[in-house]
Amino acid sequence: MIWNEKAECMSENDKETLQLERLQMAVKRAYESVPYYKKRFDELGVKPEDIKTLKDIEKLPFTTKDDLRDAYPFGMFAVPRKEIVEVHTSSGTTGKPTVSGYTRGDLEIWGEVMARGLCMFGVTDDDIIQNTHGYGLFTGGFGVHYGAQKMGATVIPISTGQTKRQIEIMQDFGTSVMIFTPSYGLYLAEEIEEEGIDTKTIGLKAIGFGAEMWTEEMRQEIQKRFNAPAYNIYGLTEVIGPGVGLECGERDGLHISEDHFYPEIIDSETHDVLPDGEKGELVLTTLTREGTPLIRFRTKDVTKLTRGKCGCGRTLVKMDRVTGRTDDMMKIRGVSVFPSQIEKALLRIDEVEPHYQIIVTRPHLMDEVEVQVEASESLFSDEIKELVGIREKIEDYIHSEIGLRVKVTLVEPKTLPRSEGKAVRVIDKREL
Amino acid sequence: MKVKQLSIFLENRKGRMRKALDVLEKGDVNIRALSIADTSDFGILRLIVPEPDKTKKLLEDNNFIVKIGEVIAVRMQDQPGGLGKILGILDDNDINLEYLYAFVEEKENGAIVLLHPEDIDGGIKALQNGGAEVIPAKDIYGL
Repeated sequence: MIWNEKAECMSENDKETLQLERLQMAVKRAYESVPYYKKRFDELGVKPEDIKTLKDIEKLPFTTKDDLRDAYPFGMFAVPRKEIVEVHTSSGTTGKPTVSGYTRGDLEIWGEVMARGLCMFGVTDDDIIQNTHGYGLFTGGFGVHYGAQKMGATVIPISTGQTKRQIEIMQDFGTSVMIFTPSYGLYLAEEIEEEGIDTKTIGLKAIGFGAEMWTEEMRQEIQKRFNAPAYNIYGLTEVIGPGVGLECGERDGLHISEDHFYPEIIDSETHDVLPDGEKGELVLTTLTREGTPLIRFRTKDVTKLTRGKCGCGRTLVKMDRVTGRTDDMMKIRGVSVFPSQIEKALLRIDEVEPHYQIIVTRPHLMDEVEVQVEASESLFSDEIKELVGIREKIEDYIHSEIGLRVKVTLVEPKTLPRSEGKAVRVIDKREL
Repeated sequence: MKVKQLSIFLENRKGRMRKALDVLEKGDVNIRALSIADTSDFGILRLIVPEPDKTKKLLEDNNFIVKIGEVIAVRMQDQPGGLGKILGILDDNDINLEYLYAFVEEKENGAIVLLHPEDIDGGIKALQNGGAEVIPAKDIYGL
C-alpha cells in the first residue's frame, strides 16, 4: 500500500521540477521573513534569485544547531507568532533548547509524511497503535500521533514509562502496532517475559522505532522477541519531528519525503557535497515548512543516500539508517568510535544481553575506555579463569571492531540504568 | 558423596556481598561454609547451604546469577599436616585441584576441607582408596 502515490512515486523529472519550484519559494520566504537568513545571505552575497537550479543550493549557507540556539526562543519564526499553533523544542541537554514552531499547514505536512510511513509499515485505519513515545515538547509522541490520526487508526497515547500498564494495555486493548525506542522495546520485552507472558500471544503486526541509534542485531532481537517486523523512523525536532525518513517493507533504508525535505550529504570537515552512495553528514532543507523554515540544516547524523526505484514501488530517495552522529562520535586516542560499533562487537557473544555502558575517562593524558557489560546466567562460570576468558573475548571483539583496546567489566544483571526513553550508552568523563 | 555448592557472581563493589547475605538472612538460610574468589572487578561467592536448590531460586529471584556445582567434603584432623595428607592422596593419583576451602568443626574437634578437583568422581575414588574420610552430603548440610 502506498499512502500518496502521486508524491511517493514521482518520476525524477517531475520531482526535480517540484523541488526547484518549492526550494525557490522556501528560500525567498526565509530571506524575506527571517532576519537571521537575510543577514547570512547578505554576508555571503547571495540572493534568493540566484537559485536557478537545485544545484544552486550549494551557494547557500548552512544552518547549525548553534544558530537556532542563538535565535531562542522565537527568532527563527517566518510567520507572526499568532499563526504558530504549536511549538516543540529539542531536549536542551547541551545548552538552550532549539524551538520549532508549527503553523496549521506544518501540522498538516507532519501528519501527511508520518501517515506515509505508517502505510509503509503495513498499518491501516483498522489498527490499534500503542504510542510509547513521549508526548510533550519532544516531537516523538505527537509526530506519530498526527500520522496515525491522519490515517484514521486508533491511537493509544500512552507515552513513555509505566511499563506494567503498557503490558496490561497491550493485552487488554489488543494493540497491533507498537511504537518505541529500540532500548525501551528491549526493556519492555524483558519485563513481559518476566511476567511470564509469551510475547507472541500479543500478536503484533508491526513495530515502529526511532529516536535513537540501533544495530541490525538489535532489530533482529526485537523482531524475534515480539514476532513482528520492526521499521525505522527518522526525524528531528528542528526539521519537523519523526516522519522525515521512514522505512518501507524492503527494510533496507528510509524513504525521505523529498517533496517536503531536500537532503544533501556533506563531508563534515570540508563541507563539500558528496555524491550519492557516499557516507557523510545529512543536511536537510525544508521545502514547505511555514513556521520555522530551515535552509541546509546540519543534522550531524551520519548516513548515505541511494536513488532509484525501490522494490516497494516508491521513487523517493532512501537514506541508510543512521549509524552515528558526528557529535556522538567519540574520539578515543584520536580514533573515531561510534557506540554502535561496540554494540556490534558485544552482540557477537551470544550469551551477552545487549545491556552495556561505555565510560570514557582520561586518567593520565591517555584516554581510557571501560565497557560495562551485564553478566547473564549463561556466561557465568564457577571458574575465575573462564570468566576472565569471556571478558578477554569481548575485549578482543571490540578491539577488532574499533582498533583499540578497551577494558571490559562484567557487572551484575539489572544494575545498569534501563532507559524508558533514550539509552545513555556513553558517559564521557573527560574534560575536553 | 558429592556436596552441592552455590556459586554467585558478585561485582567487586562496596555492599554487594552484604546484599547477597541480606537475601539469605531474609530467607532464613544458614550458611554452612563459605569462600570468596576475587579479581579486581568481580568475585565468586561460594556457599554450602542446607537447601541448595531452594536457596538458588531465592537468590535468582533477587537478581543474582547463581550456578550449582559440586565439591567433595573430607574430614581431617585439626592438627599440623592434616590438610597436607589429603592433598598428598590427590597428588599421588595425579588429580588436579581447582580450589579448596576449609573450616573447623566444633563438635567433632576436627576440620573439614571442601575440595573441587577437575575430576570429581576420580577424586572421590582416590580419596576413599587412600583412607580419607569422605563425608556424605546430608551430613554437611545438617552440620
